Amino acid sequence: MTRAFVGRPSVSPQEAAEWSRRRVLDNNLRSVVGRAYPRVRGLVREPSWVIFEILLPFLTTSSFVFVYRALKAPPEYVGFVVVGGAMTAFWLNVVWMMAAQLHWERDQGNLELYFAAPMDVMSVLFGMAVGGMVLSGTRATAVLLVASNLYGVHFSVDRWGLLLVVFVLTLAALYGLGMVLASLFLMWGREAWHVTQLLIEPVYFVSGLNFPLASLGRLGALALATIPLAAGLDAIRQLTFARGLGPPVLLPPEAEAAILAGMVVGFIALARFSLRTLERRARREGRLTVRWQ
Amino acid sequence: MAALIDAPAIDARAIRRVYKARPNPVTALDGVDLTVAPGEFFGLLGPNGAGKTTLIKILTTLLLPSSGTARVFGFDLEQDTKRIRRIMNMVSGGEQSGYGILTVREQLWMFSQFYGLGMREGWSRVDELIDAIGLGEQRLQRVSSLSTGQRQKMNFARGLLNDPWILFLDEPTLGLDVSAARAVRELVVGWQAAVPGRTILLTTHYMAEADELCERIAIVDHGRILAIGTPAELKQRVQRESIFRLELDRLDDGPAALARLPGVVSATSASDGSAGREPGARQTVEVSLVLVEDAALGGVVGALSGLGARILALRKSEPSLEDVFVELVGRGFESDGGETPDTANGLAPVRLGTAHVDGEPPPEAIE
Repeated sequence: MTRAFVGRPSVSPQEAAEWSRRRVLDNNLRSVVGRAYPRVRGLVREPSWVIFEILLPFLTTSSFVFVYRALKAPPEYVGFVVVGGAMTAFWLNVVWMMAAQLHWERDQGNLELYFAAPMDVMSVLFGMAVGGMVLSGTRATAVLLVASNLYGVHFSVDRWGLLLVVFVLTLAALYGLGMVLASLFLMWGREAWHVTQLLIEPVYFVSGLNFPLASLGRLGALALATIPLAAGLDAIRQLTFARGLGPPVLLPPEAEAAILAGMVVGFIALARFSLRTLERRARREGRLTVRWQ
Repeated sequence: MAALIDAPAIDARAIRRVYKARPNPVTALDGVDLTVAPGEFFGLLGPNGAGKTTLIKILTTLLLPSSGTARVFGFDLEQDTKRIRRIMNMVSGGEQSGYGILTVREQLWMFSQFYGLGMREGWSRVDELIDAIGLGEQRLQRVSSLSTGQRQKMNFARGLLNDPWILFLDEPTLGLDVSAARAVRELVVGWQAAVPGRTILLTTHYMAEADELCERIAIVDHGRILAIGTPAELKQRVQRESIFRLELDRLDDGPAALARLPGVVSATSASDGSAGREPGARQTVEVSLVLVEDAALGGVVGALSGLGARILALRKSEPSLEDVFVELVGRGFESDGGETPDTANGLAPVRLGTAHVDGEPPPEAIE
């Protein structure tokens, strides 16, 4: 029993409290993996996600496909919808899971354990993001593969490298925004749910999930500059339908990639600032680690 | 560093915590002074709302005091937060932390990553701890399917993952049945025995639990520490006389005959011993005897012999911690009193605040 109760023997608490920078970094990286773990396990443990995460969104995508076909729109528009449907997975994951996650964690009693643990709470947010990306990536891939084959979408990619960069930047910016929302929602408490609902449809609309963003004119340009999904989706459509009709262009994909990179830096910095502020407030006011507050 | 090595496990000075609330602020802690030595098993005993959990939240770096200072092993709560978090852990009663979708093993491993263990090291430590706490059969069971007692054992294992130098236990047996509570208590005692030098701060409102486990206890009420001492010392404060309970075969003249003896403060009839007995069964007399000191018992025994009474049973009554609390506060745990401590009986609080306060803030409390 003694052996089990002694993990890493230390001479004194003072010695045990001193960690090297390397150990701090290791702790934070492992915490990312640790927090991502439940999401990844959930992928195989709760098969119901196949229905909720793939089948239902696929039906929504399909309805737009049939609308475009009925209108005899150019075939690329079906492709735009399919790409939009795939990217919806990430946005839904950000607003439903990421944004409200810290709020749920507090209700569950996890949040105070996270705050009381030695790692940086940003690691927890990163872990949530990584887990969410794995989960949503699976869904997005499934929607993309099934819909492309079923509706005969032909992609024409000339610049794979840039496409990969844009995709990664889009996810990073989206989940960066999710981290910011998670911190803010935690402060807003019970209103988080309503704010989430408030965000979904407007973002769908101004991001041009089911139509080219340029159709929105100045509003589309504004969305492109502020909403990661809008910038990412527009760039991905330009890069995946490089030949043929292609979507009407607001900005070239390189410029949109630069905007996304700026968003990544901005959102992550803002998330870090929000979380720091949140923790300070939590400790000072006693509001945020207690379930009823 | 040299100064830190000799530092107490907990050194809190004039801790005051006020929650902003409507219509009035709530003072949860009102000038708490507390020193806990390294390796000590220390208890905070008090009713719900006494301020115990607020104090634990402060000491576990989750909450800042409104005023006052506190150090854990010499580390300042405000300045050395990360260092404190590396050497402490906490387990709360009714804790529902983690994710029901994970197995016990997976859940503990996830937390091991938060506490700085390596990935492989985490798995092996988790397996060792699962065996040590007797959850081997539940190792691969989902957390959502555990019983309350099993869940609390798992929480306790989580609390030991980082091999903490100080473990905060906030009502760890809350809501557990008798056997589960006993199992958790045995784990706590077993851990401290196996790893000497580790400090435990336990909050509880179960008096017997505090009595059984703690080397020293602070009795807390309305955000103030009313008394600190070992369980024996606290009881001693309440009871200076010796109290005995005698069962006699007869006492023809009644207890009054004993009350006149030297060293006897009082002698009262506890019962006639016949209640509930079968007809024809032997009748006995029970007498409650309060003596100035134990030595006076000899005279009583001699007198009883002279009176022709035979002693069938003799038991010394010990005061409970509840008696101590009632003496200090003037009410029991369950009653919603609010009287000030009775200082007239010589049981002056260790430290008295100035405000009449309440403990945890009400649910409607807001900023």
